[in-house]
Amino acid sequence: MSEGLTTVAYIGAIILFILSLAGLSNPASSRRGNMFGMIGMALAVLATIFGPRVTAAGIPWIIGAMVVGGGIGVFAARTVKMTQMPELVALMHSLVGLAACLVGFASYIDPAATAGATDAEKMIHEVEIYIGILIGAVTFAGSIIAFGKLSGKIGGKPLLLPGRHLLNLAGLLVVIFFGWKFIQAHSIAEGMTPLIIMTVISILFGIHMVMAIGGADMPVVVSMLNSYSGWAAAATGFMLSNDLLIVTGALVGSSGAILSYIMCQAMNRNFISVIAGGFGGGAPAPKAVAGGAAAEPVGEVTPISSIETAELLKDAKSVIIVPGYGMAVAQAQHTVYEITTTLRAKGVNVRFGIHPVAGRMPGHMNVLLAEARVPYDIVMEMDEINEDFPDTDVVMVIGANDIVNPAAQEDPASPIAGMPVLEVWKAKTSIVMKRSMASGYAGVDNPLFYKENNRMLFGDAKKMLDEVLTALKT
Amino acid sequence: MPLTIGVPREIFPDEKRVATVPDVVEKLIKLGFKVQVESGAGDAANVSDDAYRASGAVVVDTAANLWSSSDVVFKVRAPSMEEVALMHEGQTLVSFIWPAQQPDLMQKFAAKKVTVLAIDCLPRTLSRAQKMDALTSMAGVTGYRAVIEAANAFGRFFSGQITAAGKVPPAKVFIAGAGVAGLAAIGTAAGMGAIVRANDTRAEVADQVKSLGGEFVKVDYEEEGGGGGGYAKVMSEGFQKAQRDMYAQQAREVDIIITTALIPGKPAPKLITAEMVQSMKAGSVIVDMAAEQGGNCELTEPGKSVVKHGVTIVGFTDLASRLAKQASTLYGTNLFRVSEELCKTKDGVINVNMEDDAIRGLTVIKAGEITWPAPPLKQAAPPAAKPAIAMPQAKKGHGAPSEPMSGNKLAIMFGVAAVLFWFIGANAPTAFLGHFTVFVLGCFVGYQVVWSVTPALHTPLMSVTNAISSIIAIGALVQIAPPLLGGIANRPDDAIRYLAVAGIVLTAINMFGGFAVTQRMLAMFRK
Repeated sequence: MSEGLTTVAYIGAIILFILSLAGLSNPASSRRGNMFGMIGMALAVLATIFGPRVTAAGIPWIIGAMVVGGGIGVFAARTVKMTQMPELVALMHSLVGLAACLVGFASYIDPAATAGATDAEKMIHEVEIYIGILIGAVTFAGSIIAFGKLSGKIGGKPLLLPGRHLLNLAGLLVVIFFGWKFIQAHSIAEGMTPLIIMTVISILFGIHMVMAIGGADMPVVVSMLNSYSGWAAAATGFMLSNDLLIVTGALVGSSGAILSYIMCQAMNRNFISVIAGGFGGGAPAPKAVAGGAAAEPVGEVTPISSIETAELLKDAKSVIIVPGYGMAVAQAQHTVYEITTTLRAKGVNVRFGIHPVAGRMPGHMNVLLAEARVPYDIVMEMDEINEDFPDTDVVMVIGANDIVNPAAQEDPASPIAGMPVLEVWKAKTSIVMKRSMASGYAGVDNPLFYKENNRMLFGDAKKMLDEVLTALKT
Repeated sequence: MPLTIGVPREIFPDEKRVATVPDVVEKLIKLGFKVQVESGAGDAANVSDDAYRASGAVVVDTAANLWSSSDVVFKVRAPSMEEVALMHEGQTLVSFIWPAQQPDLMQKFAAKKVTVLAIDCLPRTLSRAQKMDALTSMAGVTGYRAVIEAANAFGRFFSGQITAAGKVPPAKVFIAGAGVAGLAAIGTAAGMGAIVRANDTRAEVADQVKSLGGEFVKVDYEEEGGGGGGYAKVMSEGFQKAQRDMYAQQAREVDIIITTALIPGKPAPKLITAEMVQSMKAGSVIVDMAAEQGGNCELTEPGKSVVKHGVTIVGFTDLASRLAKQASTLYGTNLFRVSEELCKTKDGVINVNMEDDAIRGLTVIKAGEITWPAPPLKQAAPPAAKPAIAMPQAKKGHGAPSEPMSGNKLAIMFGVAAVLFWFIGANAPTAFLGHFTVFVLGCFVGYQVVWSVTPALHTPLMSVTNAISSIIAIGALVQIAPPLLGGIANRPDDAIRYLAVAGIVLTAINMFGGFAVTQRMLAMFRK
């Protein structure tokens, strides 16, 4: 295959990737979108293998590596539980980051890459390698930590080192300094030392950055790492002068950036403050803020039994279910689906209200509900459903807290003031399912629990919902 | 040592309610109490002794035995003097008492050195007391029953119908007083298909009336009172006159009047005069829920249903008792909630904690000492002390999202971008610029495309972009065995190859895994 044909194949792949993302605008067209993505990828890989840049000697290696990697990948994709999706995605980001590092190092030690280049071109190539490895290493380390946090191997509490902003700044200065040394280096061996030091610092920086971010901010982190893995690919594209990599990296990078922005908006926080970390675990005692003006909720909570819950649901005309991370933890989505079908069979209008940051990853709840075969046309976004709460008889909040906290609207001194929330308290009755009265990840007490029209159903979400289902069916 | 709760049979004439029902007995036993019930206590409310036994209660044959062996007694009506005689020192009674009307009874209790919790003295403004509020639950039953009594005495359908036998006009119901009982009556009558109107001196209940399907009739007093130059007093007279006129007009128009107007501690206001009754259509019905306090209608005879000027005037004072089973269930649940408050330890022992606002209000006699009336509620727990500050809408510096960017900011951003582009354009070689163009355009295309992705598919979006980013494999592929051009010596072939193979393995995991998992997820999204 000639150089021209390869380039044309790359253009085809780029178009297919764009169509693939465009297909996701609607669940109906999304499957076709994914198919476009696969075809695009196959096209790109085959065009490269049979193109002029790969000789026959490499093909056995390539096939071996592809089979091993592909096997692992498909196995992981088949066996992963839908509740573990955030972990899987984080882990995969780390692979992209690591691959970017490896490609960067390989490119640096390959004298063929800069053969016959001018000094300026060589310098740009080296800067590209340096930046590519930097982004790759940060993505790799950050994703590994995010994976640890999401899978519970590392605690969700933010780790706040003293003077952490200064540490980061110092790290950045050191990286810039070694970057200068790296460009000045005359031989590959001489450049290797600064490159490795930079890689280590980037890895430490990636670890430190994600360690400082609390559990509730995980959706932002995951989408941010998604973005980084794209930029890493784009940087590699520059490094290898490959437009396909550049465009694809840019697509992925901007996609992750937009997701991060949407997540930040949904929490009414700006991006910098999320990255600076420290919020999501309630570490800075929120009550000390604003001189104690943050209103302590008064009153008592009214508990309810699962049987009474079933009665309420049976008598309701319209029900909205608001799932949160607790539903994912308890793996309760299938029971939720059965309750939904039982109620719908009785003529109750059941819908779902999804907050953008519910769960640990953008769209996490939608995937879980889809897995449980809940039809997507009754799953609503926050803006679609918020105004329907006053006409709703019963709202069931399953393992969610901060996203239904009225303090965000009512109490300007609250740490989550101004965050958009689902206005469940406007419904005639709300039932909150929780394991205990503990506050959510934001460490803010929730006045919803003390509202007169709210009932608390304490216990494990799965167990309680099973009881509700049994009571509904009798 | 768990205490025994005793429930005697109500001995007041025509009282059909009972202070607990089997469902509640089970809950009380779960709280750690023993429960005993006098034989026949629930007969009038359709609850047999066997049903009590089945729920775990002990049935005791005589009242005397029950009173003597119970530590706590639950009742509906305040006890008679004979019943008080059966009480013993240290006993606790929970019941309706109305201490203001019963000074003698209070003295007797004190002499007996008992503790008395009057369910009617509950501080109702306390939001957590609502679950114990028997006045409210009884009022709800009363309001419902009032409509049923009206329908019983009324000779027509409530709902309008067009039948083969001709057209039936809907009944018009007017409800005076939109408290709990009034609202229950509005809901019931509207549910039966009548046209419901209601009035209350508190204008703020208008929305509640509408929400239940009623029409709120305002007293149009501004027009009337507007002519006089006076102030409050004149206004008030004008208001009363306007109110009378309004009632008179309603009396001429409607078929059924249900009145629930009560002023605490005073005889019920006379809203419906004899003339108004005369002006009503023959066959109309008045249900006077205030009959016990003298009635809202001049012609009401408490406790009876009478026909005057062709209008049936129902003055029953035992409306709640006429729906004995429902009333008993609700009342029993209220008392159960009281027990929960008294027995927070769930070990069947009560603690009359006078520090607790709700318990303090309920307790009218503590171990023989009269503690009624309770001091006004401490303001420590204001039910709705909302911060009067409005939410600051746009806070500076802390993400006021989705605001259009200000002109200045935009200008600065364009400025920075222009400087950056100029710098790159002036310094970079042309080969780089070509790639840079592609990169910037790629970012913009990505930006445009990704905004159209539906939020429900954000997770598949992440996994598919993740799969696509394994395009980085291309980088490793071209490194593995490039066609070597002449003139390059000492290329570390093996090192590069191993790095590249590792890269391919990693990206292949991603590539296959990412697409496969996306496919798996998307296959689940269905209508």
